[in-house]
Amino acid sequence: MPRACACNDFSRTELFRRAAAQAGQGLPVIEPGMPLPAGTGLTRRRFLARTTGLALAVYGGSRLSSAALDDGIAQAAAGGAADSRVLVSIFLDGGADSISILFPNGDPRYRSLRPKLALPEAAGFAFPEDGRLRWHPSAEALSKLHGEGKLSVFPAIGYTSPDKSHFTSRHYWEVGATDVNVRTGWLGRFIDQTGRPDNPIQGLALDNRLQPSLATARLPVASMDGPDRYSFTANKVSGQVEARMHETLSALGKAHASTGDPALRYAGEVVSQASRLREQAAAFQGGAIKSPVAYPTSQNDFPRRLAGLAALLAAGLPLRCVALTAPGMYDTHANQPDALSQGLKLTSDSLLAFQRDLEARGLADRVLVHVWSEFGRRGKENASDGTDHGAAGIGLLLGTRVAGQMVGEFPGLSNGLDSQGNLKATSDFRGVYSAIMEQWFETDAGAIIPNAGSFARPKILE
Amino acid sequence: MAIPVYRGKFGEAQAERLLWRAGFGPRPGQAKALAKKGRNKAVLSLTRPAAEKLVGPAPTDDRKVPIAPLDSTGHDHLWWLDRMVRGNRPLMERMTLVWHDWFATSNAMGVRSQKLMLEQNALLRRHALGSFSQLLLDVTKDPAMLIFLSGNKNTKTSPNENFARELMELFTLGADRGYDESDVREQARSLTGWRSRYTRGVGDYDFHYEPRLHDDGIKRIFGKQGNFDWQDSCRLCLEHPLHASFLVRKLWSYFIPTVPGGPTQEALEKLYRSSKYQIRPLVEAILQHPDLYLGPRMVKPPVVYTAGLLRAMGRGVDSAAWFRLSGAAGQRLFYPPNVAGWEDDRWLDTATFRGRWNLAAWALKPVALDEKTATAPANATTLLTRALAFWSKPPLRSGTRQALLAFAQRSLNDAKGSTTNERTYPVLIENALRQLIAVSPDLQTS
Repeated sequence: MPRACACNDFSRTELFRRAAAQAGQGLPVIEPGMPLPAGTGLTRRRFLARTTGLALAVYGGSRLSSAALDDGIAQAAAGGAADSRVLVSIFLDGGADSISILFPNGDPRYRSLRPKLALPEAAGFAFPEDGRLRWHPSAEALSKLHGEGKLSVFPAIGYTSPDKSHFTSRHYWEVGATDVNVRTGWLGRFIDQTGRPDNPIQGLALDNRLQPSLATARLPVASMDGPDRYSFTANKVSGQVEARMHETLSALGKAHASTGDPALRYAGEVVSQASRLREQAAAFQGGAIKSPVAYPTSQNDFPRRLAGLAALLAAGLPLRCVALTAPGMYDTHANQPDALSQGLKLTSDSLLAFQRDLEARGLADRVLVHVWSEFGRRGKENASDGTDHGAAGIGLLLGTRVAGQMVGEFPGLSNGLDSQGNLKATSDFRGVYSAIMEQWFETDAGAIIPNAGSFARPKILE
Repeated sequence: MAIPVYRGKFGEAQAERLLWRAGFGPRPGQAKALAKKGRNKAVLSLTRPAAEKLVGPAPTDDRKVPIAPLDSTGHDHLWWLDRMVRGNRPLMERMTLVWHDWFATSNAMGVRSQKLMLEQNALLRRHALGSFSQLLLDVTKDPAMLIFLSGNKNTKTSPNENFARELMELFTLGADRGYDESDVREQARSLTGWRSRYTRGVGDYDFHYEPRLHDDGIKRIFGKQGNFDWQDSCRLCLEHPLHASFLVRKLWSYFIPTVPGGPTQEALEKLYRSSKYQIRPLVEAILQHPDLYLGPRMVKPPVVYTAGLLRAMGRGVDSAAWFRLSGAAGQRLFYPPNVAGWEDDRWLDTATFRGRWNLAAWALKPVALDEKTATAPANATTLLTRALAFWSKPPLRSGTRQALLAFAQRSLNDAKGSTTNERTYPVLIENALRQLIAVSPDLQTS
């Protein structure tokens, strides 16, 4: 795929000319009347019907409005999206206790460091790659995926000179560098390098906030609470007037595109992007999503968001990087067992359902899921039935294409702890990011991850 | 060096910006009245307000039942929103909001007591424009904070670093500024001794200091040695050479989006140190600074935006939905996302914009014009004038005006040829214009 906008000084005319050309390339892939992917619950025709007309218009003439051309660009992205690879980044917020999720049952110091928190000998599920370790009882779904060869585990992932601040360490992970001054996310930089100038859902946070890992310098990205919930209604406004009102939203945003005031311009950009996102998501309103598999039922939005994500992918929407936060509170300074079990169970079960959903829809080879947390927790428990901030923690890669092999060993609780009693890292997150760029996205990691050359790359795919 | 003071025109536009930055926007006619006072008196009327008065009907839920801020979920949010809407001391409420963000404590994690959260809120309001030193000491032993950052679990035999770390990183010095991991550990030791009791079904209570749980050994903090306790912890942070610069920069950022120039920054730091950590003189200087009036706009925080809509409409808090709606816009009071507070420079994205759309729609719902009974003129300019008058004529950029006029004109054209549409569309258009004005980039920022 050509790099649609790797440069700033791309003139608007040139942009539109290229967009039209790309829309043309995209058309054969998305002819009206294509069969429905199994179980999507959405008519592909219905989605396409809203946009192919516009794409054809882009292709057609010289007297077109810029709004029509914008739609053409989105359509061009949709055309090429059906076989492009997608990364889903899932954040365990708070610093997940890797020493409980994959607990070192066979480590001689485990029960002395964790006299109250240690899990019973026979609890949980075996971890065949390392007989010392067992999966937490709430991680049965992960154990199952691991058994199927679809889960690669990093038992002690981190970086040298670990920072124990949530915000600093999380920031490092989000920006892909141990540098507090970087303002773009690692996925945002990937989008800036390879994305398109008018497709905000190429980087999509399924969250009510933008995930910082998606923050770009130039190209638009988006967040939305969930794909089945993006409508705009007003009181006593209906029919044609309502349709006009929605068009106006886009015009209101564009009216501020060239103002010198940064806050107004930013607000205008968000309004424009929201308007476009509303159009793209319109096909998903009103419970239109029918998943081919059952997701866990929960008050938490996580399973619903994953179900919606699978439907978006099935409909061929142009997503590249998706980020969301897992359920649960992982900053377990006190009363750890209950808090950890609840979040871990819902997260694991939802991930299993998502994987099965993708498999049923024939999408599984296109999706890689990356699970991370800002750090692990201290080897020794504290006096509040909890654990304090540690260093290395757990990381996971999930998908049908992953190697399914442990990366880096579990360093053990004797020589594997640093001077402060925290796990030493046996793999570096920046090496994993570089491997994702090179092996999954087949792009140059050097342009995305600072000093990429200095980190060892694990083999992450089969 | 003296701190620069804005000497330009202080008209309605400047008064309006001041009311948004230092409060929750004007009530109808308020900007004009404030402008008449002149800049200096206008600022002083905010920083040294009259005794508190809440004007208008008391807050209720949707069935007109009085709210229950101590008991019902979300009614704490309604309680505070009501003060923002009805109160006559906007800056005091705005500063209370600043401190809520600064010492962010969430009822979601651990605290789980609206009573303790409201008690903390009263504490923050009490010190809103007072002494930062006293504020910091009171926050350190505040029950909600003791729970939230595990201060009540921090003992001699088992120190817990949670509060100690944030005390420096988020409250007084800033991340990686003049302290290291050893200072974190030693601060945690100094802060030991706070305790509470816990009963199932009741929660934490009886917050007190227990000397036998305090580590009374010698600690070494910022290179100084002593048998420090929790008050020393706070004092050492305030006396740290990097504290004043942190506080000035952070406080400034709540009012002005650009960073202060070097001489202004230095002068404010000096003012802060010489006044022995007083907040009011700093805020008075910031609110008179040229950068506030001449600099770029700021995105309004969601609750400020909401309170402003209600103030402009003359509507009180009469619905419990504001809690849920405000959450979707990215800000539920008493539930900041984490101890660092809200991301104040990232309020707007595609999800929170939709949240704001829905806030505006909910505000407008009770007054929506009914096309069956109401009439409106079939003239685009008149319809826009009427919709603007509804919001007390907020200033709009010409691009916004043009987009709105084009919308009205196109919709009027759509109606031509149908007698029913010619009668009803102007009413629908007026409703839509009220909504579009409220969500325009112009009204999202101040």
